[in-house]
Amino acid sequence: MTLVSAWVLIITLFSLLYFIASKGIAPFLHGEVTLADFFSGNWGPSLSAEQGGPQYGALDFILGSLMVALGSAVISGPLGIGAALFMTEIAPKAGRKILQPAVEILVGIPSVVYGFIGLTLIVPALRSIFGEVGFGLLAGIIVLSVMILPTIISISADAIHSVPQGIREGSYALGATRWQTISGLVIRVAQPGLLTAVVLGIARAFGEALAVQMVIGNTADLPFHLLKPMSTLTSVITLNMGNTVQGSTYNNVLWSMALILLLMTLILILAIRFIARRREV
Amino acid sequence: MLKKSLLLGGVFALAFGALTGCSEGTSGQQQAGGSLTIVGSTAMQPLVEEAGKAYSAKNPNVQINVQGGGSGQGLSSVMNDTADIGNSDLFAEEKSNENIDPSQLVDHKVFVVGFAPVVNPDVGVDNLTQQQLIDIFTGKIKNWKEIGGKDLPVVLVNRPESSGTRATFAKYALKGNTEFRAKGGIEEDSSGTVRKIVSETPGAIGYLAFSYIDSSVKALKLDGVEPTNQNVCTNKWKVWSYEHMYTNKNGKNSKTENAFIQYILSGEGQALVKKMEYIPVSQMKVERDADGSVKPE
Repeated sequence: MTLVSAWVLIITLFSLLYFIASKGIAPFLHGEVTLADFFSGNWGPSLSAEQGGPQYGALDFILGSLMVALGSAVISGPLGIGAALFMTEIAPKAGRKILQPAVEILVGIPSVVYGFIGLTLIVPALRSIFGEVGFGLLAGIIVLSVMILPTIISISADAIHSVPQGIREGSYALGATRWQTISGLVIRVAQPGLLTAVVLGIARAFGEALAVQMVIGNTADLPFHLLKPMSTLTSVITLNMGNTVQGSTYNNVLWSMALILLLMTLILILAIRFIARRREV
Repeated sequence: MLKKSLLLGGVFALAFGALTGCSEGTSGQQQAGGSLTIVGSTAMQPLVEEAGKAYSAKNPNVQINVQGGGSGQGLSSVMNDTADIGNSDLFAEEKSNENIDPSQLVDHKVFVVGFAPVVNPDVGVDNLTQQQLIDIFTGKIKNWKEIGGKDLPVVLVNRPESSGTRATFAKYALKGNTEFRAKGGIEEDSSGTVRKIVSETPGAIGYLAFSYIDSSVKALKLDGVEPTNQNVCTNKWKVWSYEHMYTNKNGKNSKTENAFIQYILSGEGQALVKKMEYIPVSQMKVERDADGSVKPE
């Protein structure tokens, strides 16, 4: 029975990989789009030939996805690790009784709810504070930071839990204060686990579609500005997948973007493997 | 990891969805009067669902399954026979650069939708010339004070690049000026979100189907013409489109398909169209083809 489920899993995974890869590579094999075009910043699928189109450059969206994911990790990483330290090292009782359930509830909230809150609270707030439209990188980063925070907290807390108690006791015996113990020993020992937590957070942020699409503005542009609308790979795919015709170049290019997302996830998973292996040595 | 498995599950479910869609299409063809699978335009979906329910209530032996997915999805599904009827906001000819072969399809125009530019009520403008509208959407006019409004920067709220509404608006309101992705604008997937953003954002302008326009946004006159259903019927208001139901010429399941389309075109179906604030085809005093030429002039 277990063997069957294992095989179902493996077959599913490989057929998916094959399906997305074959769809995603198609426009390059048929010469409809060159790799150089795809990795350029010129996006204009509906431009006529006189206007130089159609253009299928996805670089703006790839960088947009990276910026949102890394930006939210920069905010949520320190916050999440700090919260994990608090609930394991400083106030374990309150941590177990209050923070742990709170984190679990946060994990369970669907992303559309985060997106809707972002659209009704964060975007208008940014608009009234900064006087821009409110949609953009900053709104996306804020929404995603909240979304990936519970992931980072729970994995960091596990990592800190697994630091052997003897290390802490040895440190105290040498006369170190609690803060010296935490900063000098616990964080060092738990470091691979903490990095895994942050990388998984980035992976989640990178793949999130709905919440981001609702607050990012979705303009085919990369303004390098916190408050100007932009796009991510996921938002372009979700906005256009239904309106384009299957088998057309436009539709296939969206599959190529899905392939990029998949490859990025694979790279992040490999990074976690690499980090975890270092821990064993 | 959780995210990834969700993603995998989702894609897998989609693949299965497509498969079951397939089998329903073929089973319907074997037992005439059995089932209809209708896929496509999300703009048409509410009306087709309502009509489907009413039709099934009268003909209990017919099962009607209406799915969204977008106009492109509708056209490709009816092309490759995974759906019986494909709903589209656009003529199949307008998607012919995307592997759609109009000669394989039969067009049924079932009703008409008018679109209007809408602005945030605070911009202080209620009429635009068409040239001004084009200048706004191509980014030449950047502030409402340039055309007699308040000192507010223009914020464009667009539908996605591939949207049928956007294509219609560009073709008839902007005279084919498709290059209107002014930097700094916003793109949103649904008409409801467009309305919400336009009503909340100072200086915002977007476009909506008449049925979505309410008091939270202001519909603009174009060259003095009011965006009303009457003006659409006479083509005085030019920004409108047919909503199409396409069937495949191969004739599979055609009895059931035609019966349902005839129902929508009947008095009862068109009353439903009116109730949902769309325009019955029979009320149109002009006819327009895929190239945009209108008869009688």
